[in-house]
Amino acid sequence: MSAPAVHSLWTTAADPISKIDAPKIEYGQLSPTLIVIGAALVGVLIEAFVPRRSRYWAQVFVSVVALCAAFAAVVALAADGYGTTKAHIAAMGAIAVDGPALFLQGTILLAGLVGLFTFAERRLDPAAHGKRVDSFAAQAASVPGSDSEKAAVRAGFTTTEVFPLLLFAIGGMLVFPSANDLLTLFVALEVFSLPLYLLCALARRKRLMSQEAAVKYFLLGAFASAFTLFGIALLYGYAGSVSYARIAQVVDGTATDVDPALANTMGNDALLLIGGAMLVMGLLFKVGAVPFHMWTPDVYQGAPTPVTGFMAAATKVAAFGALLRLLYVVLPGLRWDWRPVMWAVAIITMLGGAIVAITQTDIKRLLAYSSIAHAGFILAGVIATSKDGVSSVLFYLAGYSFVTIGAFAVVTLVRDAGGEATHLSKWAGLGRRSPLVAAVFAVFLLAFAGIPLTSGFAGKFAVFKAAADGGAAPLVVVGVISSAIAAFFYVRVIVLMFFSEPRPEGPTVAVPSPLTMVAIGLGVAVTLVLGVAPQYFLDLASQAGVFVR
Amino acid sequence: MSFPLLTATAALPALGAVATAAVPAARRTAAKWLALVVSLATLALAVTVLVRFDPDGARYQLTESHAWIKDFGVRYELGVDGIAVALIALTAVLIPFIILAGWHDADPLETGSRRWRPTQGFFALILAVEAMVVISFEATDVFVFYIFFEAMLIPMYFLIGGFGDRAHEHGEETAATQRSYAAVKFLLYNLVGGLIMLAAVIGLYVVAGNFSLTEIAEARANGSLHMATSTERWLFLGFFFAFAVKAPLWPLHTWLPNAMQESTAPVAVLITAVVDKVGTFAMLRFCLQLFPEASKWATPVILVLALISIVYGALLAVGQRDIKRLVAYASISHFGFIIMGIFAMTSQGQSGATLYMVNHGISTAALMLVAGFLISRRGSRLIADYGGVQKVAPVLAGTFLIGGLATLSLPGLAPFVSEFLVLVGTFTRYPVIGIIATFGIVLAALYTLVLYQRTMTGPVKPEVSAMPDLRVRELVVVAPLIVLLIFLGVYPKPVTDIVNPAVKQTMSDVQKKDPKPEVEAAK
Repeated sequence: MSAPAVHSLWTTAADPISKIDAPKIEYGQLSPTLIVIGAALVGVLIEAFVPRRSRYWAQVFVSVVALCAAFAAVVALAADGYGTTKAHIAAMGAIAVDGPALFLQGTILLAGLVGLFTFAERRLDPAAHGKRVDSFAAQAASVPGSDSEKAAVRAGFTTTEVFPLLLFAIGGMLVFPSANDLLTLFVALEVFSLPLYLLCALARRKRLMSQEAAVKYFLLGAFASAFTLFGIALLYGYAGSVSYARIAQVVDGTATDVDPALANTMGNDALLLIGGAMLVMGLLFKVGAVPFHMWTPDVYQGAPTPVTGFMAAATKVAAFGALLRLLYVVLPGLRWDWRPVMWAVAIITMLGGAIVAITQTDIKRLLAYSSIAHAGFILAGVIATSKDGVSSVLFYLAGYSFVTIGAFAVVTLVRDAGGEATHLSKWAGLGRRSPLVAAVFAVFLLAFAGIPLTSGFAGKFAVFKAAADGGAAPLVVVGVISSAIAAFFYVRVIVLMFFSEPRPEGPTVAVPSPLTMVAIGLGVAVTLVLGVAPQYFLDLASQAGVFVR
Repeated sequence: MSFPLLTATAALPALGAVATAAVPAARRTAAKWLALVVSLATLALAVTVLVRFDPDGARYQLTESHAWIKDFGVRYELGVDGIAVALIALTAVLIPFIILAGWHDADPLETGSRRWRPTQGFFALILAVEAMVVISFEATDVFVFYIFFEAMLIPMYFLIGGFGDRAHEHGEETAATQRSYAAVKFLLYNLVGGLIMLAAVIGLYVVAGNFSLTEIAEARANGSLHMATSTERWLFLGFFFAFAVKAPLWPLHTWLPNAMQESTAPVAVLITAVVDKVGTFAMLRFCLQLFPEASKWATPVILVLALISIVYGALLAVGQRDIKRLVAYASISHFGFIIMGIFAMTSQGQSGATLYMVNHGISTAALMLVAGFLISRRGSRLIADYGGVQKVAPVLAGTFLIGGLATLSLPGLAPFVSEFLVLVGTFTRYPVIGIIATFGIVLAALYTLVLYQRTMTGPVKPEVSAMPDLRVRELVVVAPLIVLLIFLGVYPKPVTDIVNPAVKQTMSDVQKKDPKPEVEAAK
């Protein structure tokens, strides 16, 4: 840095306070995020100061109130017109308050609330020494199999930290799809990723597998984050700004004022293409698109099932939200460059997820590959590059997240002596032993398969329609073919449940507390309502389909 | 607003299905009676539809139209033409007989009573299928049709996979495996067909902007909606593929023998006499109306496939050792006739095809249900296990014979009229195909009479010597079907009167006229 530059820094900093503009923060419009993060901080304080025996109830109470309040705030903002006419960019250009952001925040909050119910479930695991316990480790810090672990279990410890961690993750996810500059995007990414890495490691049973999953997720996630960050740096070099609007202007060539310090690199297409590609890569990692999907099956299998359900639903919503905003707001000028690439990614994601899922023998891995295939279907809607494309993706995500949490909640119910019985062979004959649970799971599987009168069909139809409208007919054909392949393994599970003889030493279905029942019931209700009468929600999604620039 | 009769006809069995499923486990008999009463009430509604329908009136009658999913351009639109009315009546007539015939099929086994075999579920599923079939016949919105066309697979799948014949020559374990194989095969074939149709449905929306059959057909007729030739052909193929799987047409037929063989006789009747008719019906209603040019373009290939179905199905029927498989292959042969009649593009052919759908439903139901009674007595489906039944159970043998004679289209029984019309209709335009198809009838006589001869005549096998004759419940099932077969064989006018105006309309959609008689030219 040259001497005058340093001097100017010095002099600027020495200017009277009055010359620095106080940042203008629209606290009201940011209230959903603020409430959730605030509650997470309260949760940390509860861990520190509230006696152990009352922590669980205090945490659950604070979390439920916070999520409901945040959802109410989202609804109030939307009712106020922030989703449509009053959409604008808040917090000094860092956060967009617009239709897609509010819709996705509402979805994430609801998914988070339902996820919270499954987190708080304490009736499934047999009571440890007279104390009710949940699916999380007694003490995260104790080494698996060690004496300290046994002592913690004997003392009836539970990891109530999961609730603030969940709230932090939700807080980050709320910001992720509404971030309007690349740094906010990155901060949000880390804020929601780090708690998830931790949560993945906290399973009560099969702790080594859970920790392995967390390490894998963390390492690969950190790698993806590094890609994202590198991409951000390159884009900054290209545009001289991290603001979405500014980058879009430079891409379009409508930017007039050029920062002299960046005049050499600004507008360098190599920076733009490499930077954009790396950034998109980071997001594709989070949505689990092929070829960035490798972590999904291991993490989904190893993580505690309530975490898997929450993660599968909410992460996807947040990450697709961010991807949409990035592609539609920042890089629309680059459409002709990214569309062919995304075509390829969507095709291999749809086919790859569906084909590999056929050979799976573990229900959680099967659902993991199915989630990969679904990421491909959603990408088909993203590629449409139209308002319809946005609203179809929003609708799909809303329907999908409830099916996913519900399905994983059912997985937590089917248990044998070793905890959850996730191996598919153990599910044989479940329909004869517990017809209701099997029927509910069948509804979720049919929704995944996209059978009419479920939300899965309405979502798939919306996405494929948008894609076909956008001239991606071959993508629709591939999507239909992979739906057929996917239907095969969903049906296989149904066959297993209903038409196979139950095993003599098969698993039992635990009777859950009302919390899990609510989670599953909501999943079924949303699946059927969105399938039979989707119009209201399609309207909602279509009103929310415009990004503020 | 008038009473939504069409909705009611579909909604009643749907509600009945829910109510039947909700009957407590111990009240099994109550569930059966509830299902029977609901199906009879549905029949009453179907008869009301039949009475209120004016054959010379507007093309689609008793129409209902409500907004449903605006964003997809979907309206809840129902309406019936003569063809639909006839098939709704057929469905509503057959379901009570199916329920009655399957009265004891889903009773829990005495041994191993904790087995999962709820009677309630069986009858609820039958009613659910009826509801979906009826609404598929009524829908004039392509999307509404598609939804129920697809959703129908789920209850059918559980009926096939969940309930099989009580006795099985290879033991219960093998039976369960084979059943679930048949169910999965059924589901996958039809699901793939349906998903390919989904791509075409989306394509249709992209081209036309809505799903209303009447609006699209009108726009196509007056030229305001232009479809590129290749687009029309692709969309046609997408739709036709799904219907050809459902119908089923050779070479997409292989799921039918498995499904019919493994399911109980009433469910087999439900598949072939009711559900499969949706496929052939949809060819008439959707393929011909929406894509007339492409239909004409594809006609030669489809006729050849239909011809192969006729001959191949009949040939395989001759060689079967299993009674139910034999009926399944006979059905494939008959579906070949129906599809040939539709695509011969003559009014006799299409009237004959529609009439054939009705008659085939009744005759197959008669034959298959009696076969089911026979199988339940002996506990075997193999033809070789029977012999001389007519000496011990003459009524059973007699009704079986009438069902069989109807299947081979004996003059005087209903299928004869339709088969004759189809052949005449085909012959006037495609004489060679018509002549080859006639061999199908000869083969039909062969497989039916050989089946009768081997099972019913000859010396009485020791295993069948104590076989009881038809019981009252079984007679109540069979007698009305036989009366219908004879009545429609002698006097088919009530059906043809309803069907013919609708067929004329369809013919004008594809702008085909019947060929002029060529007697003059021959001189």
